[in-house]
Amino acid sequence: MSDDIMIFSIYIFVLAIFIGFEMITKVPPLLHTPLMSGSNAISGITVVGALLSTGAGKTQLATILGLLAVILATINVVGGFMVTDRMLHMFKKDKK
Amino acid sequence: MATITSLFYLLSAVLFILGLKNLGSPKTARRGNALAMLAMLLAVIITLLDQRILDFTHIILGLVVGSAIGVYAAKKVQMTAMPQMVAIFNGFGGGASTLVATSEYFQLSGATEVNILATIALSILIGTVTFTGSFIAFAKLQGIMKGAPITFPGQRAFNGLIIVACIVLGVMFTRDPGNMTPLMVILGLAALLGVTSVIPIGGADMPVVISLLNSYSGLAAAATGFVISNNVLIIGGALVGASGLILTKIMCVAMNRSLGNVLFAAVGSDGGAASGGSGEQKQVTRYTADDAVMMLDNAQSVIIVPGYGLAVAQAQHVLQEMAQLLEANGLNVKYAIHPVAGRMPGHMNVLLAEANVSYEQLYEMDAINDDFQNTDIALIIGANDVVNPVARNKKDSALYGMPILNVDQARTVMIVKRSLSVGFAGEDNPLFYDDKTRMLFGDAKKMVTEIVQILKS
Repeated sequence: MSDDIMIFSIYIFVLAIFIGFEMITKVPPLLHTPLMSGSNAISGITVVGALLSTGAGKTQLATILGLLAVILATINVVGGFMVTDRMLHMFKKDKK
Repeated sequence: MATITSLFYLLSAVLFILGLKNLGSPKTARRGNALAMLAMLLAVIITLLDQRILDFTHIILGLVVGSAIGVYAAKKVQMTAMPQMVAIFNGFGGGASTLVATSEYFQLSGATEVNILATIALSILIGTVTFTGSFIAFAKLQGIMKGAPITFPGQRAFNGLIIVACIVLGVMFTRDPGNMTPLMVILGLAALLGVTSVIPIGGADMPVVISLLNSYSGLAAAATGFVISNNVLIIGGALVGASGLILTKIMCVAMNRSLGNVLFAAVGSDGGAASGGSGEQKQVTRYTADDAVMMLDNAQSVIIVPGYGLAVAQAQHVLQEMAQLLEANGLNVKYAIHPVAGRMPGHMNVLLAEANVSYEQLYEMDAINDDFQNTDIALIIGANDVVNPVARNKKDSALYGMPILNVDQARTVMIVKRSLSVGFAGEDNPLFYDDKTRMLFGDAKKMVTEIVQILKS
């Protein structure tokens, strides 16, 4: 990674942090738990790196580490999104 | 091809942002979550099309095993156990970042630029701290470890030294990447730091810790994004990092504590253990369920203040039954939710939503605090510190300055509680002895069930 790309990536990182601040500040406390479990699932985006490490596995050790990473990240992603949906499904405006 | 791939990753990042935006309102939240899911699916599919991937067997194995565990956990978890689940998932995210960075290290070939090496070290540091720290938080929340703070002399200096050592080792690693010892020592020190930085934090401060670890898990993902030069990881990770930080701040403000105070002051006990009594005998007014029903019959409005004790007693469903009976009798029923009610941000709202309470009946502190003065009965169930008036005026109290619910402005205060014991902050509550307070001693579920039975008959 050249220094230019590195700087460019840091720009993206900092700007994304600001977008995050702007959006999350407005979320009402009512939704803080689903927000947290949903954003937790988003942090499972590491799965992309895990897939590349595993699939391109140049050494057996690298592949095994990648495989473990895929498992952990996938638990995070699948479990996180599903439990968020389960919670949000319970939030109702009117009672039955 | 590379351009198209990048554009699809950009689409994925945009969908993540739209998803989070939609998560901000109860009407659109489910759609928001679905959009984020779509974003993730898109990112995974684009990645699987990557030509660097030569072998799919391990990938499929990982995806199948991970999905199975994820589905099982998401379906089985109790809503009271959500904080533990989020804590451990944070840990998995951090662990994945460490593993990816380590795997990338072993795949390095030839001369590698310093900035890649530095991000590998950083990714391992943040990922591992998140991993072990989250496991400690999980153990405390799950009751495997005691909630009370664990401290040792020089703890802060020790943690500071670990960070300095990691920086020095990181520089050594970038100078001589062929030698993996510094990297492995960083891994070990980071694992230790995760433990030593979370053990001094008391059980009542867990909402702050989970939020902070949530932020770390995002930052770990972003660091991994730098390692593999992938912008969707950087953007997704940054969004989560920001989200976790904001929730951390909100929790700190709700307790009137600085983050530094939460992380280092080792505040709190296991709750209820130590008696904060000053020795003098004070009179309380005891009420039975019958007395309470008689009073509720003559009231027009009630605000229910639920605390974590309600969830521990699993009384939220019967409470909702009671609320519906009261509404049928013509009472105006509202719920007042303190920001730190429950064990993670927004936890109490989820517990009540599960019990079929309409979210329009759930009011946050600032929206309802002025209503107490026009309310007949404030009914407090399983809450203590968040209604303790010493927060307003007792300067030497740990609670001093914490925003509280103005329950004492209601015409009558009813408190369902097992005893007069103190809350997490270890502070006696003068509200118990107030003239307008009626104490209903007993388990929350039993007491509310009794009230429901009398109301029905």
